[in-house]
Amino acid sequence: MKVKVLSRNPDDYIRETKLDIQRVPRNYDPTLHPFEVAREYTRALNATKLERVFAKPFLASLDGHRDGVNCLAKHTTSLSTLLSGSCDGEVKVWNLSKRECVRTLQAHEGFVRGMVVRFCGTSFFTIGDDKTIKQWKMETPGYGEEEEPLHTILGKTVFTGLDHHQKEGVFATCGQQVDIWDEQRSSPIRSFTWGVDSFSSVSFNPVETELLGSCASDRSIVLYDMRESAPLKKVTNDMDYMDVIMTMRSNTLCWNPMEAYYFTCANEDYNLYTYDMRYLEKPLVVHMDHVSAVLDVDYSPTGQEFVSASFDKTIRIFPKDAGHSREVYHTKRMQHVICIKWSADSKYILSGSDEMNIRLWKANAAEKLGVLAPREREAANYSQKLKEKFQNHPQIRRIARHRHLPKSIYHQTKELRVMKDARRRKEMNVRKHSKPGAVPVVSEKEKHVVTVVK
Amino acid sequence: MESEDPEMEREDAEDEREDAEDEREDEEDERRRLKLVEAITALRGGRKKPLGERSEAAVRVSEFAVTAEGERQKVQLSDLIEGAQQSPAVPTQTRKQLQNLSRSQKTVEQPLSRQESERVQRDLAFQKAAVHVSRWKSVVTQNRRSEQLVFPLNQEPSGPKPLEKVVTGWRVQTPLEQEVFNLLSANKQPIHDPVLSPAEEASLRAMSLEEAQIRRAELQKARALQSYYEAKARRERKIKSKKYHRVQNKARRKEFLKQFDQMVKTDPNGALEELNKMELARMKERMSLKHQNSGKWARSKAIMAKYDEGARRAMQQQLELNKDLTQKVRSSLSNQEEQEDGASDPELLPDFVNDAEPGQVSSNPWMRGELSAEPAEAQRSEQEVAAPAAEKEQHEEEEEKADEEEALLRDFESRRKLRQKEEEEQEAAVQDVEDSDEEEGPADQDQEEEGLSEFRSLFRGVAEGLKEAAAAASSAGCSSAPLEGGLIRIRTVEDAELLPPEDVELLPCSESPPSAPQEEAPPTGQKARGNKKRKRNIELKEVLTKDAKTVTVPLAPTLTDTADGSDEELDQRGLIMEAFAGDDVIADFLRDKRKQEDAAKPKVVDLTLPGWGEWGGQGLKPSSRKRRRFRVKVAPAEPRKDQRLPGVIISEQRNGSLSAHQVSALPFPFENHAQFESAVRTPLGRTWNTERTVKKLTMPKVLTQLGTIIQPMTEEELARKKASAAGAGKEDPHKTKDQKRRARKGRHSQKI
Repeated sequence: MKVKVLSRNPDDYIRETKLDIQRVPRNYDPTLHPFEVAREYTRALNATKLERVFAKPFLASLDGHRDGVNCLAKHTTSLSTLLSGSCDGEVKVWNLSKRECVRTLQAHEGFVRGMVVRFCGTSFFTIGDDKTIKQWKMETPGYGEEEEPLHTILGKTVFTGLDHHQKEGVFATCGQQVDIWDEQRSSPIRSFTWGVDSFSSVSFNPVETELLGSCASDRSIVLYDMRESAPLKKVTNDMDYMDVIMTMRSNTLCWNPMEAYYFTCANEDYNLYTYDMRYLEKPLVVHMDHVSAVLDVDYSPTGQEFVSASFDKTIRIFPKDAGHSREVYHTKRMQHVICIKWSADSKYILSGSDEMNIRLWKANAAEKLGVLAPREREAANYSQKLKEKFQNHPQIRRIARHRHLPKSIYHQTKELRVMKDARRRKEMNVRKHSKPGAVPVVSEKEKHVVTVVK
Repeated sequence: MESEDPEMEREDAEDEREDAEDEREDEEDERRRLKLVEAITALRGGRKKPLGERSEAAVRVSEFAVTAEGERQKVQLSDLIEGAQQSPAVPTQTRKQLQNLSRSQKTVEQPLSRQESERVQRDLAFQKAAVHVSRWKSVVTQNRRSEQLVFPLNQEPSGPKPLEKVVTGWRVQTPLEQEVFNLLSANKQPIHDPVLSPAEEASLRAMSLEEAQIRRAELQKARALQSYYEAKARRERKIKSKKYHRVQNKARRKEFLKQFDQMVKTDPNGALEELNKMELARMKERMSLKHQNSGKWARSKAIMAKYDEGARRAMQQQLELNKDLTQKVRSSLSNQEEQEDGASDPELLPDFVNDAEPGQVSSNPWMRGELSAEPAEAQRSEQEVAAPAAEKEQHEEEEEKADEEEALLRDFESRRKLRQKEEEEQEAAVQDVEDSDEEEGPADQDQEEEGLSEFRSLFRGVAEGLKEAAAAASSAGCSSAPLEGGLIRIRTVEDAELLPPEDVELLPCSESPPSAPQEEAPPTGQKARGNKKRKRNIELKEVLTKDAKTVTVPLAPTLTDTADGSDEELDQRGLIMEAFAGDDVIADFLRDKRKQEDAAKPKVVDLTLPGWGEWGGQGLKPSSRKRRRFRVKVAPAEPRKDQRLPGVIISEQRNGSLSAHQVSALPFPFENHAQFESAVRTPLGRTWNTERTVKKLTMPKVLTQLGTIIQPMTEEELARKKASAAGAGKEDPHKTKDQKRRARKGRHSQKI
């Protein structure tokens, strides 16, 4: 008698080791899966909820400064090193992995206004209210050695900003004018003046390394080419809808490290503006969300996002081309955030604030840190894509966008919205009751630029 | 300004002095005035300084203070040119140019003010910088469009590097090394990458000469043979003689048979294949209408058959042919083979599965059409023992009748005979199987129970069918179904004969699915029929739902050995049935659907107001006329979309609870609804996609490596992107490979 039985190859269903995943035979025929969209929607919803559950961005607070932290500097070659300068002239070097201060030095009298690490990572420069530029060794002085700067340059006026060239021994300071210094010389090799206003910050373009940008206190942004003797161009920024009493200058400027001609500036009018340096007539994007002056901005090293620090005691993360932030960080104890940096591996954010602390945040609030197992990584990728796929569905969007805000900021946001609406309504009414074409429609982007000075 | 002012004053003072000399008459005034002037000039101080002659080299010499020698005059252009005119060192061309210049009377335009000139310079510089910066545009757009960005940008490939790259300036030093390298280079062996030498590669690519020649000869021979064969075939086809062809065919058949017999001995596998081929041909024959006497030709012959012996014979021949072709090939080989191979080859069906065919005749609805004429003859045929002699007699008798209809039916009869013969054989075979089954005993049975249940059920059906065929041989209708005998045997042969054969067969069979004939509840003959007739209007589905319950009806064991197993099965079934006793899902669904249908039907609205226009009160009803008048009749609703879909409820009403989850407006990057819908419809998970697709679909947009500093973009990147863009047309796969490698390298990297 013959018996017909089902026979299977054991290789098809037996694992080699118990650590392997169980093999699951699947039939991908779409007719067998009529509810795939519904199932994926549920998964996306769960992923979104879990993301909110795991969103714990605050990692550590570094305390030790005895006055507000006024400036931060990333180390160019070491990820775990951070430098910070405070309002009492003290500079501290931190080890981020141990979360402790490894070195303290009294660099200046008064504020440390700016700090930058040389591209090689062996020394750093500081400027202060005592009109000096000092260069320091990165190494801690040995036992018995005095903590002394390598060089000290005495300037004529107070310096407010400092940045170093990407590859050469050249750095730029700003104060009453923008100066380009050679490291070997005690006087600037070039000075740019344009008008009599003082400058608040200067920064080198990291890609097109001969270009500089600076923010002046006459509400203007000035671009320079180091190879030319004269400044290139000047944009005057104005805030159209805020009170006149407020200053409306840009505080800081940051270039996109991956896209040579884009830069973003943090403005006093609560907004950030991303410009294309070739077309300064109007900004590419107006980034709105802060409810007070934006004090500092820094790009992610991938150039995809940037982070901003504001006087409203929050930190916000913006995608480079989005008008609104994707994330807001705040804690009860964090006061006005003065300086911010995005770490060089694009995973962390560092913020220095008025109340003497430096805080370490995750750049992606819900991300799991450390090495991921392959399956973990795959699952994370999948849920990320799911979230993206269903991001427009109302339930998912609601959960993904929900953030808790301090009461004051929440109410101020509302207030600002009311004001904005009122202004828009009034403008519409005026337009309605005047001759057609007499009150032109001005886009939000155009509103903020007063003029471009050649 | 400083350089201009003193000169102006100086000139003024000189004028005044000349005036004083000319007009001496007003001496007093003059003196006074002079005094005043002197006083004023004294105030300025140092006024009398003679316009200096240059005595020593100065770094900066004012161009305005240069004077002609000796005289207190300005230096003119002509003064300077004069020297040039005379000196032989100045070329003549320049001299001419200078002459032209001195002749021209045009004044030079005033230079721009410093502010303006600076603005122009700035503007120019800005434009230059903007153009310069624009070279990054391609990189930026490329990065924006790319599906994945891997950071840091200038990653070095991981893994071991070749020695030559790691150790720069490595040289052959020892004599042994030298010798080795000399040998390698002399033999054209690869030094860096130990793959194939060029010669080896070439030899791999090429075929040897001998081989090629042999190959060609073979091809030539094959071609020649083919052409000969074709020519021969053509010649033979043209021969018109029927007899020739007949003889040929016969010879061919004989040859084939001889070959086949030989094959059986020598190459049993090949013989089996041949057998299979024959079997296939038989199947085809059975399926087609060929030789069935149903064609045009056959019909015309049937008309002629009454009068024409030839036509009758021709038809007969056709049927013979059909019989021949449809007859199952049953060689000693096949039996033997099956007995041998069956156990070893699990792919093959067991014996009785194959053999059961004649038994299935009754159970298989496809077979019934052929057998429709059987009942009439069944009894007779049963009495006669199946034998070739009887068959011949039958033929003779039938031919004597020579009736038209008989002639048409003849083929069926002959087939039936054949089948009966087979049945006899089959029965014997089945008995064998049964015996063997019993011999195996109950111990094995438990184990085999599950695996064999399928076959056993089939087999049981076969056995039942055979028994009936043997005993009653006349049961029409669902005689095949293994029923408790009594119920079916109500039907007599006469009944069966009275009924139109197809009808009898088909009706009950449509009720019982052929898949599980032995477990199917008995349709209980006439009763079932009666029920059916009464219930004509009732929905089929509803009837079916009830049927699902009748499965539980216990089955009388037909074979002793299977009784235990079926009991167990029944227990299982009973348990399940008990557990889901209240679950009549289909009925529930139908009820739901009816409810929905009723709800959707338009309702008649009665707007009658009692007491309006007539007397009202207790016990008084509005008149029927009034009621008719005020009854609003709504137009009948459109036919429901699910009217013809029994298993579906289509509700066309908007469901409010769903809208909370639906997208109300078209999201930004999409241009139309179809795009968005298709994007949502495409699943990403590995439940619906292959591993590769999932990997591709869930690839993160930005990959960064853990603990690595990401440097800003550099000029090298620009050059690299340009090169890759240029090489994209040629070497796209290389680039993707590179990207893949980088992605793989970033194993510990995560999405930012």
